[in-house]
Amino acid sequence: MLNAQDLHLTFNPGTPIETLALRGLSLEIPSGQFVTVIGSNGAGKSTFLNAVSGEQAIDSGKVEIDGIDMTRQPVWARARHVARVFQDPLAGTCEDLTIEENMALAKMRGQRRGFSFAVKQALREEFREQIATLGLGLENRLSDRIGLLSGGQRQAVSLLMAALQPSRLLLLDEHTAALDPRTADFVLKLTARIVAEHKLTTMMVTHSMRQALDVGERTVMLHQGRVVLDVAGKEREGLDVHHLLAMFEKVRGEALDDDALLLS
Amino acid sequence: MSRRQPVLPMSTYTLLGALEIGLIFSLVALGVYISFRLLRFPDLTVDGSFPLGGAVAATLIASGTDPFTATIAATAAGAFAGLITGWLNVRLKIMDLLASILMMIALYSINLRIMGKPNVPLIMEPTVFNILQPEVLADYVFRPLLLIFVVLAVKLLLDGFFATQTGLAIRATGSNARMARSQGVNTGLAVLAGMALSNALVGLAGALFAQTQGGADISMGVGTIVIGLAAVIVGESLLPSRKLYLATLAVILGAIVYRFFIALALNSDFIGLQAQDLNLVTALLVTVALVLPRLRQRSIGKKGG
Ligand SMILES: Nc1ncnc2c1ncn2[C@@H]1O[C@H](COP(=O)(O)OP(=O)(O)OP(=O)(O)O)[C@@H](O)[C@H]1O
Ligand SMILES: [Mg+2]
Repeated sequence: MLNAQDLHLTFNPGTPIETLALRGLSLEIPSGQFVTVIGSNGAGKSTFLNAVSGEQAIDSGKVEIDGIDMTRQPVWARARHVARVFQDPLAGTCEDLTIEENMALAKMRGQRRGFSFAVKQALREEFREQIATLGLGLENRLSDRIGLLSGGQRQAVSLLMAALQPSRLLLLDEHTAALDPRTADFVLKLTARIVAEHKLTTMMVTHSMRQALDVGERTVMLHQGRVVLDVAGKEREGLDVHHLLAMFEKVRGEALDDDALLLS
Repeated sequence: MSRRQPVLPMSTYTLLGALEIGLIFSLVALGVYISFRLLRFPDLTVDGSFPLGGAVAATLIASGTDPFTATIAATAAGAFAGLITGWLNVRLKIMDLLASILMMIALYSINLRIMGKPNVPLIMEPTVFNILQPEVLADYVFRPLLLIFVVLAVKLLLDGFFATQTGLAIRATGSNARMARSQGVNTGLAVLAGMALSNALVGLAGALFAQTQGGADISMGVGTIVIGLAAVIVGESLLPSRKLYLATLAVILGAIVYRFFIALALNSDFIGLQAQDLNLVTALLVTVALVLPRLRQRSIGKKGG
């Protein structure tokens, strides 16, 4: 499904603020798998997701989605295969448009947009049904501007929008981080439900070790722009939060050793 | 002069004249609304595409082309100008405001080339107005009537277009380009389309202006953008709404009200304003219109719709 091979990306190369964000990152995800991604701040998680969605061009490497080489494709061309929910609840929706207009936009993701009306009655009924499943009472507010909703509500709608088109790959970058604990929990449950319902291949970045192990079926740890841990199945079931934390410390320590080597 | 004035210091003739120009500028204002508000693209091309429309229409009519074809050609020329501004920004990555300024000054030369001289008069030539004009109506009555029809048709077409899938994609691009891209919208193309549409309306306005004002003049575009913006802002404070069909209506009303204010100010001898004060009046009006909504918001809390 997703095949990322040897991704390299350096920000501001040749300057004092040069950052090696991706250093030969490779990851393969089979169709329908739910992968959680962890790693410390600056590990390259967001950069990796951006490289997959096309928002960030890479220096070298290859991004293949569904067997198609997408390395040089712009974001909008990849959107047919990739759906995203951003960390910022305001980023995933158009605040000036109504709820139903936002949904109509997502309904046509990756499709050819023509000159028929975007929100037709049949579609409105479909949206109403879908949004009712959220249990947030939004089904009667379809023609409200989405800017009037709370962050949590908007994030829930974003998730729903991601599933309106049968996309292959769902990218979630700390999409519950900006929400209060209860709402975050609600959005996480919703995520699990939508992913299961639509059998989406999913990559979810999270800072919660608990979440990383509880949700999905495979966990990947990034460090300094590379995959340093990749567990699934039995091995993963045996893991606990403190195992992950220990591994965190270990790669950190190795990093320190690296630096020490460089300095000496 | 201290001649006594009646309550409304304007004759019917002046009123209809103000309505006529207000309606023409409401097309400009709709164009400005598309670029500034929907696309969030500060576009000054308008100061060049308005006289471009006038120049193309007047030159074609003067050389014997029928006025309808000439008006359509002028609209297309406006669209093309907007397309180039968009292209400078999208493909050549020139900052939006700067791209539009470049296009604006380029158009000054282009307009002179098209006309071959600083102005092309239309005195005896046919225009869309005098061709369609019925015997029973005076020209100064018929012109605003025809314009009302044109402006309403444009408004309804725009409302419809921006409710289509393509129109929605353009609005999304202006509102949240990152989101639009992630939904598969080719945002570069959306900007080009929006800019073309915006300047097509301005070109059309220029063509109609030349045909009502007796010709095209190289300096007829000076300040078009300010008038267009003034109309948008006046309209938004008269009728604040995020609903598109109300917003387009507001913009049209804004252009007309603005024009009436100007006519009123210029016709009221007791104020003592003269034509050269127009820009000052505009600046003051825009300032008031900008401050007014904020004052209103403060008085009713933060609950605007
Ligand atoms: N646009 C950019 N320009 C320059 N440097 C960048 C840019 N984006 C990211 N970086 C740098 O690249 C590195 C990886 O950043 P990235 O955002 O991918 O980390 P992350 O794993 O998502 O971290 P976090 O957990 O804090 O979100 C960091 O050192 C960051 O400072
Ligand atoms: Mg991040």
